[in-house]
Parts: sequence; C-alpha cells; structure tokens
Amino acid sequence: MTIEIKVPTLGESVTEATVGQWFKKPGDAVEADEPLVELETDKVTVEVPAPAAGVLGNIKVEQGMTVSIGAVLGSIREGGAAAAPAPARPAATPSATKAPAASAMPPAPAARKVLVEAGIAASEVAGSGRRGQVLKEDAVAAAAAARTPAQPAAKAPAAYVASPLAPVPVQQMRAPSIANDAMREERVKMTRLRQTIARRLKDAQNSAAMLTTFNDVDMSAVMALRNQYKDLFEKRHGVKLGFMGFFVKACLQALKEIPAVNAEIDGQDIIYKNYYHVGVAVGTDKGLVVPVVREADRLGLAEIEQTIAAFGRRAREGRLGIEDMQGGTFTISNGGVYGSMLSTPILNAPQSGILGMHRIEERAVVRAGQIVARPMMYLALSYDHRIVDGREAVTFLVRVKECLEDPQRFVLEL
Amino acid sequence: MPHDLIVIGTGPGGYVCAIRAAQLGMKVAVVEKRPTHGGTCLNVGCIPSKALLHASERYEEAGNGFAAMGIDVKPKFDLAKMLAFKDEGVKGNVDGVGFLLKKNKIDAFHGSGRVLGPGRVEVTFINGEKKVLEAKSIVIATGSDIARLPGIEIDERQVVSSTGALALASVPHKMLVIGAGVIGLELGSVWRRLGAEVTVVEYLDRILPGMDGDVARSFHRILARQGMTFKLASKVTAIRKDKGGCTAVVVPAAGGATEELGADVVLVSIGRVPYTEGLGLAKAGIALDERKRIAVDAQFQTSVPGIYAIGDVIAGPMLAHKAEDEGVAVAETLAGQAGHVNHDVIPNVVYTFPEVASVGKSEEDLKAAGIAYKAGKFPFTANGRAKVNRTTDGFVKVLADAATDRILGVHIVGAHAGEMIAEAAVIMEFGGSAEDLARTCHAHPTLTEAVKEAALGVDKRAIHM
Repeated sequence: MTIEIKVPTLGESVTEATVGQWFKKPGDAVEADEPLVELETDKVTVEVPAPAAGVLGNIKVEQGMTVSIGAVLGSIREGGAAAAPAPARPAATPSATKAPAASAMPPAPAARKVLVEAGIAASEVAGSGRRGQVLKEDAVAAAAAARTPAQPAAKAPAAYVASPLAPVPVQQMRAPSIANDAMREERVKMTRLRQTIARRLKDAQNSAAMLTTFNDVDMSAVMALRNQYKDLFEKRHGVKLGFMGFFVKACLQALKEIPAVNAEIDGQDIIYKNYYHVGVAVGTDKGLVVPVVREADRLGLAEIEQTIAAFGRRAREGRLGIEDMQGGTFTISNGGVYGSMLSTPILNAPQSGILGMHRIEERAVVRAGQIVARPMMYLALSYDHRIVDGREAVTFLVRVKECLEDPQRFVLEL
Repeated sequence: MPHDLIVIGTGPGGYVCAIRAAQLGMKVAVVEKRPTHGGTCLNVGCIPSKALLHASERYEEAGNGFAAMGIDVKPKFDLAKMLAFKDEGVKGNVDGVGFLLKKNKIDAFHGSGRVLGPGRVEVTFINGEKKVLEAKSIVIATGSDIARLPGIEIDERQVVSSTGALALASVPHKMLVIGAGVIGLELGSVWRRLGAEVTVVEYLDRILPGMDGDVARSFHRILARQGMTFKLASKVTAIRKDKGGCTAVVVPAAGGATEELGADVVLVSIGRVPYTEGLGLAKAGIALDERKRIAVDAQFQTSVPGIYAIGDVIAGPMLAHKAEDEGVAVAETLAGQAGHVNHDVIPNVVYTFPEVASVGKSEEDLKAAGIAYKAGKFPFTANGRAKVNRTTDGFVKVLADAATDRILGVHIVGAHAGEMIAEAAVIMEFGGSAEDLARTCHAHPTLTEAVKEAALGVDKRAIHM
C-alpha cells in the first residue's frame, strides 16, 4: 500500500514552506518516524518524519520548491523491499518538472482576482474545491479575514469612485516616481514573515481599543540584588542572572491581581485564562520572534532565566519551533536593549496586554527631599481598553513597579 | 478635465472597455471613425460573414441534406435578398452597441482620433472640424486592417478583401482565394456553397497555419470533399485584370514552373495588420514592437504612462473576444482592481461547416515545448447524435499533461464545435484535468458527449470506441 507524505501543519500563521534537503532517495528503505525531508519556514526548520515504515517511492517536490500545508511531498510503499527500484516516471522529460504538480490546482479565475486584490497568495488559502482548489468563496472569506471592518477604505489611485463593491487594491498602488528618482528605487518583495508581522500588527491596531499607560521604576534594589548574588546564581543555576526574570515575576504578580490583562475577547465573551504563558519578544536576524515561557507562574526565577536563555540559544541556531511561539497570554517587549527611552508597544493579538521595558539610565530623582541619581527605567503597558479599565491598567503597572523596587514582595507574594 | 477615459475605436475591444469603465464609475468618451460602432467585427467582419455563412449553409443543406430526411425541396436563392439579410443583421448589432453606449452615458465622437500626448486626443470630424478631448487615461483600440500583397491592388470588385467578398454583386463562376486562414476558408465556403468554383492558394504546405496539424489535415480533407480546391506551398506573384476576369500567376513557394489560374474574383485574405496609421504614435512617443504592433506591458500600458492599447493593435491573436477581455482588464486596472487576461485560454473558431474550434496548446506546441502529454481523440462517427444528424465529420481531441492530467488543449472539428469549445475553456480556466471533464455528466444524446469521450480517451477508456 502506498502512503502519501504530506506537509504537516506548521503552526499558526504558517501556510507554506520551502522544501529543504531530502535525507532519503527513492527506493531507500525507511523506518516509521525516520526523518525524510527538511521543510524551512520563515521561522523554523522542521523535519518531516516517515508516516510508516517501507520504501520511499517517488519524490514529488524537489529541494527549493515552495509547498503549502497538506501538499503531497512524495509517497512511501508500505513494507516494500528496498531493492525494488522506483518505477521510471513517464513524464521524465526535461520539461516535466515545470509542469504543475497534481495537487497544485490554480485558483479559480474569480478567486484569483480576489486574491490578487487582497494581496494574498493562493498558497495561503485552504481551497475547498476539487483537489484543494481555491474557489471564489474561499478567496472572499480569506480576503474578509485579512481585512478588518474598522479599516478605512483606502481609495483607488485616481479619483473615480469605483463601485462600492470594488475591493481595496493592495498591490503596487503607488503612483510612479519621477524617472530620476525611480531609477534609484529598489522594489523588494516582503518576506512572508514580514507580511505576517505587518498584517498582525495592523489587525491588532484595528481591532483593539489600544492605549498605553506609563510609569517609571527605580531599578536600584533589583540591581543591588543582582550584584550581590549574580556569581552565586550563575554557579548554582548555570545561567546568568538577568533582569528579565524579575520582570516576568513582577508581571505574574500583577496579572494575578488584574486578571483582565491576562484575558482576551472572543466575540461577545471575555475569556479569562487561569494560566500564565508569558511571551518574551526577542529580535533575531530574521525578524522579531516571541517565544513563550509556558506556565511561568509555576517556575522559579532561576527556571525562567534558564528557559529564556535556552530560547535565545535556539533562536540564534534557527531551531526555535513553532510550538515555542504559540499560546502566549501576555507579552514583554524589551526595547531597552536597543537603547529605547520610551515606546508604545503594539499588542500581540488576541492578547490584551504588553509590557514595554526600556533602557536603564541614571536620572536625577528626589528621595526624602534630596535630589539623588538613581538607575531609572520607564515602563509602558499597552492594553486593550475594551476589557481592561484604566484603573486596572494603572494598578497593574504600579504593581510591577512596586515589585521591582522592593523585591522582598516576591517572597511574600504581595 | 471632462472625462476619465477616452477610448479610440469602438470595435469589440473599445466599446467593451468603455462600457466596463462606465460601470466602474468613470466618465468615458469614445472616438469612432465609422458612422456606426462595432468596428471591423460588427461592420465588415465576424458578424456579416456569419450571416452569409448561416444563410449559405442553410441553402446547401436544403439542396443536399434534406432529401435524405424525406424533405423534397429545390431551393432557389436571391443574392440581393441574402445580402440584405446580412445587412439587417449588421444593423441590428451596430445599433445595439450604440444603444449600450448611450445607456452607459458614454459620449461618442464620430471622427478620426489622434493622440496628442498623455490625456489629450484630437478628433477630426468628417466635415474637417477638429476638437481636442482631455481625460486622465487613453485606450487605443483601433484594431487592424487587411494585409495587402505587394503589386496586387485591391479594387473590391475583381480583386477583393474580406470587405468586398461580403458584398459581391453576383456569384463568381470561379473564385481564387489567396491564403488558407480563417477568413479565406470561411468566405471561400460561402461562395462555394452559392455555386462558385473555389481554389485556395496557400504559401505554407498546410491550411489553418498555427492550428493543430491533425485538425488542419482532417479539415483539409473535409473541405476538399466539399469541392474546394487547394494549391498549397504556392504563392500568387501577380494578377492580370481584363474585361472577362483576372488571371493569377501562381508559383510554387519553393520555386519552379509558374501556372496561370483564371478567376472572376480574387479574394486576398493573407491576414491582418495592426491599424496604427494617423494616430500620432511616433509624435506622442508610443513605442511599437518588432512587428509594428503597439508595445504594451502586462497591464496593457504603452511606453507612455496613462496611454493603454488593446486588441488587434497589440500582440496576440486578432480575435474579438481577446480584445473584449483586454478591454475589461484595462478598465478594471484603471479602477484600481486586478484586471487580467489569461492569454493561454483563448478559444479560436472557424465558422465553416463543419466548424473548427480550439483552445490551448496544439500537439505541435507541446512537442516544441518538450511537454509530455497524453491525447484522447473521439470521432463524431461514434457519437449517437452526430449519427442521426448526419454530421459525422470531424472529431474531438483532448490533450492533457502526462504527469498531472491537467488539460492543456482541446481541438474540435465538427458541427457546433464553436459552441462546444466553451466547456473546454471553462475547465481549462479552472485548471481542470481530463478526468474532471470525463467525470462531469454530459447530456445524452448530444454532440458534447464526444468531448466527454475524448476526455475519457486520455486515460484510454472511452466507452463508445
């Protein structure tokens, strides 16, 4: 029996991947779950395991080609003898590779138009037609999902008022530059990751009633604690004592007190999440990724630091898995590492809160009537005002500040 | 600026572009040189030739086919009435376009258009007056003109183009057709049915250049059986006119002994050339391609931003429906939508009897491109409806990718082929496979069952063979 090797689900917002190296040749014997081929997505590289033991039949998709979720990569003949050579394919002419793969049905004509106008690749849409063809209804649904109702209808380039049904054109709507300038412009296609980031950020802005509240925190106590114990900590836990662990802990304390910040809106309902998966935004050379420290409230500060350190290592090696980045309930973003003084982070939808950290700087502050220099950091909390009240947001940030200024509160869980 | 768009030419490309643009909210002006709209197609092309093809086909059928069905008639025909019938059909169509333009509030200017530059078109009216129109965009849809042979003057009486061949005063005894393309074979068929001895001279060694070779060979045999004479691989180098008629000097294309052929009427139908004369293209800086067609980009924009061109005046097959789709695409692009024409799926029909219709790639195209394909072929002799109708000439051929089964081309010779090709175009536009077509239920008894059987034939499992 022949079993198809299909592109597995690669996680939210990932709809296609590039085929990397095949580890096996047609005719090779394979064990069940043995890795067969690499798939590279914008974020991660995954290995596709053999669905069953047998002999690799044909390879439908060669290295370098782009495939969508569910596409057939090749097949395995279950229990076949390794010696049996792969049957020669009738279409083994030079041009056969150019022929569209059987599963790669082009979108229906009307669907194609809708997709182009919405700036969506056909491969990003799950087709409901025969053999996965993207039909008009699929395209219309995908375009509606990509477009949010609050978005003001950008007008077509010229002043004609097109019929109200005319979709908003996304592609290359820009008027041509004057020739001298045009020569010095470079048009670069956005990577899928960039497009996804762009779409999600805009979605968040369009759906949430987003608002930012600020506070500042005196880092003296945390820094003193860190200085006192950093060597011992590293020796004992095998990881450097940074600031992030303190911030995660402080946020957990505040999230437990203000559950709305850890909640999300779903239609008419609010979903309160009685678990705490804290995303920590880190920049990599491929763009921003947000690995999630799961069940952060059950981890000690050392375990949190260890988890974050492991994420950083794996991100640099490109081995961060999709599952590492899913399911966050709250996010912490640290613009301070780049030197930011103050910023208003955008929510990581559908989450309702994101904490922005900034650079620590000695600033003149007044303590007991005296002007003194203290290591200060501005804090920003962007929140969805639809479910988080102003009082709650401010209280949240004050609690984070209090915890950091007096780390003894961690011990007492105050 | 009074208009959003000016369209020069109201043939199928131009008037459709104008109407689509008006539907999308633009204020549109059209400039038309003829007193009536519709261009070559409606006035002196597709529409009048179809009227004569229809009438002459009925006449021939009444004379040859009715007796076998038990109908005993001796048909007579009145050429003047037949031409009047044709003119009436033309009038109905051109008036229809005029009505549609009015209905869509499109301003029509009857005169010659000349492009002065981006957004500016000068119209010269028949009385010599001039007027400059201004708009944001211009679409050039001036179509094509008949191609002429050097040294052979077309007088539209003895030596005619397609235009003259639609209005001959009497049926010629002998007719010589130069060029075995669509126009020559259609008009040659008309006059052969009405009694002319028709000889077709073609430079290439085959008829219907560009169409599938298998189709052309089969169709050649059918036409020869109907009484049309062919001189392939030959060219006409000169025509001598005298009182009684003309004498054409015919030379084998490869060289050799000349031959003289007498004819009352010579039809020059060697193709058509883009109509770009007097449009002021060079002055406006609009570039032409190597074959003197207006060069356009994927959005049909010429080398001058804001000026577009569609239809016969640009590259691609000179077909009304291709021009129409391009007109729609330009109008939609101007409205900020994603206008698009799939040039790989444009049907092509020869309206003779039987008809010839094709869409997509021919076997020759596929071989040249090195694409592995499978062919399924089904003759109308094995189709029940064709049998009782006694229209068993021809076949359906479906070409599909050997690896993916995707349909790459469909070719039909047979009665109503021009209507049947539509289902092939639809399934190809959806990227369908031969099996998809074969698994689609077709009504019985119809000629379209032959299409289904040919699709089954790709997998070597036709039922009725």
